[in-house]
Amino acid sequence: MPDNNVFEQSFPVKGGDFANAGEASCQVKEILKEIGVGADIIRRVAIAAYEAEMNVVMYAREGEVRVSISPEMVNLIIEDEGQGIENIDLAMQEGYSTATEEMREMGFGAGMGLPNMKKNSDEFKVTSEVGKGTKIDIRIRMEKET
Amino acid sequence: MQLKEIFEKLDLEVKAGQDGLDHFVTGGYVSDLLSDVIANSRKCDLWITLQIHQNIVAVATLKELAGIILINGKEPADATISKAEAEGVPILVSPLTAYEIVSQLHDLGISGKR
Repeated sequence: MPDNNVFEQSFPVKGGDFANAGEASCQVKEILKEIGVGADIIRRVAIAAYEAEMNVVMYAREGEVRVSISPEMVNLIIEDEGQGIENIDLAMQEGYSTATEEMREMGFGAGMGLPNMKKNSDEFKVTSEVGKGTKIDIRIRMEKET
Repeated sequence: MQLKEIFEKLDLEVKAGQDGLDHFVTGGYVSDLLSDVIANSRKCDLWITLQIHQNIVAVATLKELAGIILINGKEPADATISKAEAEGVPILVSPLTAYEIVSQLHDLGISGKR
C-alpha cells in the first residue's frame, strides 16, 4: 500500500502508437523535475522509462508506465499485454534485437533497450510470458549506497 | 553559442521550431540510433542525424537537446514538423553529409567532447 509520502501515477501506452511514443517518459520526467529530484536521477529515470515505453510501442498491444516516487527511490513498473520475450538472457545482450527491418531503419532495434534500462537502474527485474506480456521493474535509488 | 548564430553562419534551412533558435548549444552528437542518442547525448547538444520521422522529436524533448540537424538535404516528415512545432524543437536541414556538417560545427567551436 502506498504511504503518504509516496507519489504514484500511471500512464497508458498504446502498442504501435509511434505518434505519441515517448510522451509517458516525458511526463514522468516533468513530475520528477517538479518534485526537485536530482539531475542525475532524472537522467537515469528518463533513459530507462523511454526504452521501456518504446518496447511497449514496438512489441506490445498495450501497456502502462507506472511511476512511484518515495524519498528513497523512484520505482518504474512497465507492464504490457503483448508477445512477451522468449529468451530474456538473449534480450539482455547488447546488440540482440527482434525488431523488424522497418523499425531498424527508423533507428530502433539497436539491441540497446533492455541493457540501457539495466545500466541506469539500481535494481532491475524482467518477467515475461510468451504470448501474454512483459513486466519490467526498475528501481533507482535517490542516493547510491556506498 | 545560440543556435541562431550557427544558423546564420552555416548553410541551414529551418523546417520547424523557429522559436527555438534562441536555444543554447553546448555540444554536438551524431547518431541515427535512437537508443544511442537517448543513452549518450547531453542536454543542449545539437543532434545530427538522417532520421526524419516524428520520434526524433520525442528524443530531443526528453533529452532537452538544443535542436536537430538533418543531413544530406533530407526533408522531415509532415508529422515530424508538426510535432516539432508543438514541442518547440528546432529542426534544420543541411545539404551536407554528416562528416561535413560536423567539421563545420567543430570549426565554430561546437565540440563533441564528453
